[in-house]
Amino acid sequence: MLFHKYASPKVFYALAGQLTPWFAVATLILLGYGLYQGLFVAPPDYQQGESVRIMFIHVPAAWMSMFVYMVMASAGAIGLIWNMRLADMAATASAPIGASFTLLALVTGSLWGKPMWGTWWAWDARLTSELLLFFLYLGFMALQAAIDDPRRAARAGALLALVGVVNIPVIHFSVQWWNTLHQPASVSAINKIGTPAIHPSLLIPLLIMAVAFTLFFVTVLLMRLRAEILHRERHTGWVAELVKP
Amino acid sequence: MNWSEFFNMGGYGLYVWGSYGMAALVLVFNVLAARRREKNVRRELEETTRLNQAD
Repeated sequence: MLFHKYASPKVFYALAGQLTPWFAVATLILLGYGLYQGLFVAPPDYQQGESVRIMFIHVPAAWMSMFVYMVMASAGAIGLIWNMRLADMAATASAPIGASFTLLALVTGSLWGKPMWGTWWAWDARLTSELLLFFLYLGFMALQAAIDDPRRAARAGALLALVGVVNIPVIHFSVQWWNTLHQPASVSAINKIGTPAIHPSLLIPLLIMAVAFTLFFVTVLLMRLRAEILHRERHTGWVAELVKP
Repeated sequence: MNWSEFFNMGGYGLYVWGSYGMAALVLVFNVLAARRREKNVRRELEETTRLNQAD
């Protein structure tokens, strides 16, 4: 079966090496186009002025923080249920990338909150649950680093990641469930005449940046997976053959 | 549009450029960290191979 073939770490190592440059080039093109659209083409917002440009970084980063977490937890679950090594490695490789996107969402949120709300931080539901997400990533990494046996580390990490999944809908719906300082969703919002509430001139750069960040995640995930495969398969013949001086 | 106006961002320059700068840092850090990890793993592997051959 094709799936099983590519799930073999040895085959995937070579495949990832071939795919990485393509994803890297696609990331650079989309990122360049998204930055051009976001900084030069998009007009200033009628309420928020030029500060609205922070949205093109902040919103995709926040989406990625949750998306990568779901990738990490799903990979962990697959590793847990089917004992698939490559899935365990994907969970491990995703964590630092997800943590960095979460940090980016928190910092840019702070930089946007100061001029718009007059404060860098508030203990509001959206901000607090996003901060919790950051600690979940750090906890996952610390837990895995503390366990020497890779199979036990994978299992413990997957369990922690799965328990933490409850935080994802909390983040998403926090702006509806509670009265928050954070504004509600604009991308999925529909206005009174039934059209999207966000203007296309702001929506287009936002979506391009989101695709660029996703491609970036795949690129770095492939790079990290290659290192992880070498590390976890270091006792096998094919790795010894590969690094033979 | 002139450049000083562009960098000023209607008075929000610090916040806008701070956000884009932080994004640049995060992206660069991710690539460097992934590369460093690969380098460390390879160095570790080469050392074990050398030790095994010395036995």
